[in-house]
Amino acid sequence: MRIAARPGAWITWGLLIFFMINLVGVVGAPLLNSFAVQWFDTWLPNGYTTSWYTEAWREFDLLEVLLVTFQVAVAVVVISVLVGVPTAYALARRQFPGKKLLNVLFLLPILMPPMTYGIPLATVLYKFHLAGSVTGVIVANLVPAVPFVIMTMTPFIEQIDTKIESAARMCGAKTSAIFLRILAPLLVPGILAASILVLVRTVGMFELTFLTAGPDSETLVVSLFYSVSAAGIRATQTVDAMAVIYTSSMLVLLVIALRFVNPTQLVTRLKEPS
Amino acid sequence: MTATLEKPPPPLEKASLKHRLAERGVDRTLWLLVPGAIFVVVLFLYPVLYGLQLSFQPKDGGGPFGNYIKFFSDPYLRDTIWITLRLGLPAALINVLASIPIAFQLRGKFRGKRTITTMLVVPITLGTVLTAQGLIEYLGRAGWFNRVLLTLGVDEPIRLVHNYWGVLFSLVITGFPFAFLLTLSYLSGIDPSLEQAAATLGASRRDRFRHITLPLLAPGLAITFCLTFVLAFSVFPSAIMVGEPSGETHVMSIAAYETAFRDFDYSLGAAVAMLMALVMLAVIALVLVWRATLYRGATGGKG
Repeated sequence: MRIAARPGAWITWGLLIFFMINLVGVVGAPLLNSFAVQWFDTWLPNGYTTSWYTEAWREFDLLEVLLVTFQVAVAVVVISVLVGVPTAYALARRQFPGKKLLNVLFLLPILMPPMTYGIPLATVLYKFHLAGSVTGVIVANLVPAVPFVIMTMTPFIEQIDTKIESAARMCGAKTSAIFLRILAPLLVPGILAASILVLVRTVGMFELTFLTAGPDSETLVVSLFYSVSAAGIRATQTVDAMAVIYTSSMLVLLVIALRFVNPTQLVTRLKEPS
Repeated sequence: MTATLEKPPPPLEKASLKHRLAERGVDRTLWLLVPGAIFVVVLFLYPVLYGLQLSFQPKDGGGPFGNYIKFFSDPYLRDTIWITLRLGLPAALINVLASIPIAFQLRGKFRGKRTITTMLVVPITLGTVLTAQGLIEYLGRAGWFNRVLLTLGVDEPIRLVHNYWGVLFSLVITGFPFAFLLTLSYLSGIDPSLEQAAATLGASRRDRFRHITLPLLAPGLAITFCLTFVLAFSVFPSAIMVGEPSGETHVMSIAAYETAFRDFDYSLGAAVAMLMALVMLAVIALVLVWRATLYRGATGGKG
């Protein structure tokens, strides 16, 4: 590693370190507080305990919440892959009239802030008595998830050579065999990457879940938010403990995701100089 | 098609409809589109259009534009546009501008690059609640930040949470990783040999940045700005937790939520949501129009 002695570089590194120190403070304060017996006007807490975690677990019914979160996330991933991948295949392989329009339609749910379409969507879901249940939460979370799968899978399918499919057909493979034995194995890495990204997004999706969840269908983020707004009667430590649980589960997911997806190559695929 | 190929024979006079459609790309493969298309129409297009027509049917009557007139005549609602822009634009700008030099330092290969990149990306996992709690506890009156300031000789603790600044900080913490990742990937998509060529021709470091890298990077920066702006513009939970939700940070998403699901005026809520989308699209359209005036050729990076 070579740091040139230019002032610009030093300022950049300085700012980066300042940002990092503050970030450590922002993360460290609740982390430490979640283990603190008591922490008022001092630099460090006056004693440590893990009892807040058991308390948070009991008080917020975390097992139930985690089960709902898991259910919603898995259902969203499976359905969005099942709907999204065939669509992505057709978009990658065919030019047809109206393709641009369809592309815009698939792009909008990703680009629009969830609040803008979430409010009309929640109104519609309430009208059909879907909101307030796990089904409603799944349906709402699918809205950005399916287009997300389509948008990540289309370029992935485009780079698979069509000659492979043609060759299989020449050798007498039926359409079903082409899909199951030629395309599916080639698509697995892409599907895995897309699924993990959808999983992370769904677990972290606040707005849509917040708008459509009922008392029994809150995911971890939403339940966390409610625990903050009702914090007046409880110790902040339980809220912090719960936030730490949420963050560590997201961290595990992200670490797994980063093993499959290189974030700096999401936009352009560049050959790494060896 | 190479020129040596013979021209295909002219299509038969009575080619079947199926055949003619297939020539335009319409064949059985397109059936695969049906589930996706139905999905996006039923769950996205229909609700949005339903919300749009609902917004023209005010709960209390007053003509089709009643809700919109109400929005613009009530200062508490009208000011949300300005409040949201005042948060979203600076946050997006800070995130993009800070990403450029950092991405510059981190391109190329060196030891520990993966560690630093991972550390910069970690805030994505924090989630709004931990960030909010962290900001409240770290920047609060008795938090570490103010303690350091007091030790350094500042008279009074500075108030940095439960106001505009708290929300801005939380937007920077959550938005910066995205901006940084995008900028880094755009930057690594620019072929380094272009800069080397300029250096060979005697361009200084500054000139190379000003005349080679920046013009190639600018379209990507415009997209990055748009995406981080959308994230910041739709701020909702942190505006409630670290902001002042009924005052300084009464943003549009809070207004939309409160009218629709607290006051149960779905129609006005839909109108606020539509206006929110409109303001956002207007900003993005401005940025994209500006982007269209930029150089948009190859960056030499595509493999």
